[in-house]
Amino acid sequence: MTRIELAVLDAPEEPRHQAAPSVGLESLDELWFQVSGTVCNLRCSHCFISCSPENHSFWLMTREEVATALEASVELGVKEYYFTGGEPFMNREMEEILGDTLAIGPATVLTNATLMPERRAWALAELAERSPYTLELRVSLDGVTKEMNDALRGEGAFERCMDGVEKLVKVGFLPIITCMRSWPEERTEGYLDDFGDLLAGIGYDRPRVKILPPLLIGEEAKRTRGYEETERITHEMLHGFDLSQLLCTRARLVTARGVYACPILLDSPSARVGETLAEGAESDVLLGESACFTCYMSGAICSNTSASQGADR
Amino acid sequence: MSSAPALRGPGGAWLPGPWRGDGEPRFRRVAALGGVYSNHIALRRALEDARDRKVDAVICLGDLGAFGPHPDRTAALIRENEIPVVRGNYDDSIARELEDCQCGYTDPKDNHYARISYEYTLANTSREYRRWMGSFPSTLRFRVGETRVLAFHGSPRRMNEFLWETTTPTHFLDGMAREHDAELLLGTHTGIHWSRSLTGGGSYVNAGALGRPANDGLTEVWYVILEAAGAGVAHEFVPVAYDHEALAMEMQEEGLPAKFVETILTGWWTTCLEVLPGKERSRGRW
Ligand code: SF4
Ligand code: SF4
Ligand SMILES: [Fe+2]
Repeated sequence: MTRIELAVLDAPEEPRHQAAPSVGLESLDELWFQVSGTVCNLRCSHCFISCSPENHSFWLMTREEVATALEASVELGVKEYYFTGGEPFMNREMEEILGDTLAIGPATVLTNATLMPERRAWALAELAERSPYTLELRVSLDGVTKEMNDALRGEGAFERCMDGVEKLVKVGFLPIITCMRSWPEERTEGYLDDFGDLLAGIGYDRPRVKILPPLLIGEEAKRTRGYEETERITHEMLHGFDLSQLLCTRARLVTARGVYACPILLDSPSARVGETLAEGAESDVLLGESACFTCYMSGAICSNTSASQGADR
Repeated sequence: MSSAPALRGPGGAWLPGPWRGDGEPRFRRVAALGGVYSNHIALRRALEDARDRKVDAVICLGDLGAFGPHPDRTAALIRENEIPVVRGNYDDSIARELEDCQCGYTDPKDNHYARISYEYTLANTSREYRRWMGSFPSTLRFRVGETRVLAFHGSPRRMNEFLWETTTPTHFLDGMAREHDAELLLGTHTGIHWSRSLTGGGSYVNAGALGRPANDGLTEVWYVILEAAGAGVAHEFVPVAYDHEALAMEMQEEGLPAKFVETILTGWWTTCLEVLPGKERSRGRW
């Protein structure tokens, strides 16, 4: 079982942390890489870690840095590898990094698909073909129209993304389209149909679409609202709760600046759990951030499906 | 409750299967089947086939119900033949009358179909069988020749964990075999059969499903035979051709969704596709 402990911190200036529960890693099923740091070709208004072309607070990872973690991951029994940023394809070594990864396990890239020249789509198809493991491309598209998407992702993003998706589909991929929900929940089914029509229009006739709940941190907090002080995980809330719903009980994020609890809390120094993967896997995670509350409420928003999780027997 | 007669083995004996006596049972040749999903017609065919192949045990890897018609017919066949069963997520849900099948679908369309088959199965499984399903163990251990086998539904740690061929690294399986002290890991749950030799000398075998075809455009369904071979173990995936049109007819009569019937008749999955990895999905039709 995952441990739940009262965190004892010597940082009294952050009283909210004192009451926060903490959890250990149950098993390192997912290894995430902040492979392009906080560098992105876009500057979305809702980006939860405020990425942009100028945000160098986290630098790109080198192929060697990734390889070191991959090597350590074998011993730790990692099941799936995820690549995020920023925009992963801002990293010039991305294709080599994927080749290294696909030699040992399945890889998922979270991309905005706007940096997808035909040559790259073909190169990715070849990597996928050569590996016994699956290569998943998760493409962020935040609306079914140019207006809806570009209001968040910037002028021209919709067309460039659709173009990228079309290229990926042409070479045989079935990209997973993810969309942050910006409408009342009961309208989701209608929007899924709209996505279906939209994607069929570019030849993607059996689209995989995943609607994500909004995360109220980073730019998104400024755009809408942050969480209320009361919206935090408490000890009582964890009674009888399936902890595997929290990514930090089965994942770690490797960055160019150490290992973090999860991909969501990159901006929180308290989420840095070690220098090396081995260290990070040993350390407990404090559930003191308001984003933790979203995890708690929505569960499993980061992984490809929620189906790999579930209640322990 | 259905009155489906029990299958008799050669010489009129019960088809072998029950775990009798203490300690780890040991076999030469074992048939393992899972994901029956109420396909009692294929189940009967598979049991006959296994008997003809002179297996000395049959083991069921769970998920008796779902998808197909008349869940009690499948339950009767398994129970009356005293076939040991490891608990699948479906069996667990039905036994405990949970709200859903624990497959974890998030897509509204997948959820819609999953709910139809779950509600149908729950309503049509007799109380006695529901109680019986609650007694299934989550794992079973036995030997095939010298090889130590650990049987489970999804994975040894979680009965509803999907182990797909293209998302399951060899090192992950090696770790699992070490941790659970087994030389052959035997599961199902995904519905597509596959196997892999592990670096540490062990192996993983996914028996596939007897309940619906393997999303390959063929109507056959699958089970697996494990057989002692020298100091090790060999496995053979066995396709089962059965009267799938009769099953389709029963499903229609029971008012089960046309999409389900289509899968039985075409061999292509039409629903619950969300959990398929890209590689497996792109090999299919939908
Ligand atoms: S949301 Fe994604 S695409 Fe947009 S700025 Fe952030 S990292 Fe870049
Ligand atoms: S945001 Fe979620 S995954 Fe990250 S530390 Fe908090 S609860 Fe864990
Ligand atoms: Fe199952």
